[in-house]
Amino acid sequence: MPKDDGFPPRPAGPPRIALVGNPNCGKTALFNALTGARQKVANYAGVTVERKEGLFVSPGGTRVKVIDLPGTYSLRARSPDEEVTRDVVLGRRADEEVPEAIVCVVDATRLRLNLRLVLEMKKLGRPVILALNMMDEAESQGIAVDAAELSAALGMPVVPTVAIRKDGIQPLLDQIDRTLQVAKSEGLAPKTAPCGWSEPSARDLRDYHLEVETILAQAVGRPSRPHLATRKIDSVLLQPAAGLAILLILLFLMFQAVFSWARLPMELIDGGLSAVKGAIDAGMADGPLKSLITDGIIGGVGSVVIFLPQILVLFLFIQILEDSGYMARAAFLLDKMMGGVGLHGRAFIPLLSSFACAVPGIMAARTIENRTDRIATIMIAPLMTCSARLPVYTLIIAAFIPQRQVLGGWVGLPGLVLFALYAAGILSGLLIAFILKRTVLTGAREPLLMELPAYRLPRPRNVLLGLYERARAFLVRAGTTIFALMVVIWALASFPAAPEGATLPAIDYSIAGMIGHFLEPLLAPIGFNWEIAVALVPGMAAREVAVGVLGTVYALSDSGDAMRNSLAGLLAHSWSLPTALSFLTWYVFAPQCIATLSVVRRELNSYWWPTAMFFGLTSLAYGASFATFRVASALIGE
Amino acid sequence: MRTETGLAMNAGVSLGALRKGAQAEIVALDETAATTTLDTGELERRLIEMGLVEGARIEILHEGFPRRDPIAVLVGDSTIALRRAEANAVMVRRLKD
Repeated sequence: MPKDDGFPPRPAGPPRIALVGNPNCGKTALFNALTGARQKVANYAGVTVERKEGLFVSPGGTRVKVIDLPGTYSLRARSPDEEVTRDVVLGRRADEEVPEAIVCVVDATRLRLNLRLVLEMKKLGRPVILALNMMDEAESQGIAVDAAELSAALGMPVVPTVAIRKDGIQPLLDQIDRTLQVAKSEGLAPKTAPCGWSEPSARDLRDYHLEVETILAQAVGRPSRPHLATRKIDSVLLQPAAGLAILLILLFLMFQAVFSWARLPMELIDGGLSAVKGAIDAGMADGPLKSLITDGIIGGVGSVVIFLPQILVLFLFIQILEDSGYMARAAFLLDKMMGGVGLHGRAFIPLLSSFACAVPGIMAARTIENRTDRIATIMIAPLMTCSARLPVYTLIIAAFIPQRQVLGGWVGLPGLVLFALYAAGILSGLLIAFILKRTVLTGAREPLLMELPAYRLPRPRNVLLGLYERARAFLVRAGTTIFALMVVIWALASFPAAPEGATLPAIDYSIAGMIGHFLEPLLAPIGFNWEIAVALVPGMAAREVAVGVLGTVYALSDSGDAMRNSLAGLLAHSWSLPTALSFLTWYVFAPQCIATLSVVRRELNSYWWPTAMFFGLTSLAYGASFATFRVASALIGE
Repeated sequence: MRTETGLAMNAGVSLGALRKGAQAEIVALDETAATTTLDTGELERRLIEMGLVEGARIEILHEGFPRRDPIAVLVGDSTIALRRAEANAVMVRRLKD
């Protein structure tokens, strides 16, 4: 039974506190320390800003809800994320109750920059607790922060915390109890508390700054010094030549790991799915239900789930690079070069993620504040070859590209072709960004103005919690959106059923087959036959499904690698080389992935951009395939 | 040295023109000296929010590539990366080259 906490606006639910702070202040680590795994991540309605909420029981026995708000330097919101932070603490969001208390998290080693936000929060007229985080680091750097003095100067309770130590948050927990107790006893209705905040002018900001200097002079015994180790590491990692070389090596290792580390788990998933499919095959009578389960659900959803290991390895790297503070350096190193095509240095992370899957990549573009910069990044994200295209590439390469050593025996021809396909995607993406930024998305780039945080060893606990959240989100999506799409596509490919005594594969008579035949004349100029046209239809749901569909169409019954090998042989016989090359080219640009288009719609809150993306990339794919097919045909003399 | 002469001598020296290793003190913020698409007053406020405000001591720690852009600047206890285009809005008095 919910107990009465004495808060007039919401007598039911538990009291809530909000965590607010600068980026890189250890806010998320503190959130994890408070809530452990009892957290859930969702989206705020209307915007795709992550809403992280957790629950903990205070020492006094109160159940407390805690919201982790996006990091910000100011309540003057500059990005969708920061708008959420501002609107929640100001009580402007209809879907989020005003928090009973705000915990302002500051990095004790960088008080000068962090305290200004605290002064802004104080103006809100709500109970604020200051969490002096990373006190251990401050002490080891010789920074003597007097918490009592700071508390007196700021007029709010100040508690030192070390989010990464077990006992490091006890003082904060006790203070939360006291603050909530006071709020309760005063019967404070947070909604009616007077708010003295208004958007600060440059003059106000200068005043805040002077106030911070005064407070620092009072409360900090020894001035903070820059992090020496960080400076030493940066003198190597940010050195133009060596820094870029190290970045490239890191990226190379990351891609190697995505493919090599993920292989075993992917084989296990593949084997597991085949086993389940085999069991159902053996134990169930033939019929639509069996077909739905084996072909539609296991075949369709399974073909997406199999990429979970690759996505997790990629995110493991991204999370470690992020937590260690290296990501900001990568943006620094690449900013000028990316600027050559009009992209922001921060576009690097979304584009990198897009090599695993464009969906998380497009979501990662949220860190780009400027809308035109963000749109440009999102529009070219699908051109970074996602892992779903890899099965298609490897199938066609195995079928048509001979195992020959080129370039003096150093490189195998198949590997070179694969590299060329990746490069074609990257180069055309950069070219499109260049054109977009000079036509529809004009305007100078958003300023960089970014903090280079001190290097820190990533905490396994935070990395694992981050990975867990990614895996959960991915599986939920596979179990809902992709599941639904797969059922639809299965139905299209299965009905109407083949008539009695049919000689052609069943799919020939289905709606998908009809669509294939209908599309055939359109695709003939680029060398596609109707079987490819059929494969493109379910390829809309997930690109790699095209492999499975080609297998079905060519009337093979096996699954997994066995099928791929024999399918490769079959394709080598039934397709001409120009058709194969044209098909590969199509997949470099191929926009047909509904998940990507729907996430673009959600992220940009617009139907225009996904529509433009679909038609733009389709025409590009068509044009490039047409050119490839014609040139290859002419060269071969067919 | 009198203040007026001091200012006159350093007139027009912006953070955007400094090289790696240079140390300076910020004397003024002048948005009009930078190229930006931000609304009037916005760049100035963002610079202040990142600690680039009058009186702050700065040191250029790192330079990007190519054309030594962007730059990483030590401001107080934080390191801030920014492009030279925006750094032009920060007027400084050189302390050490």
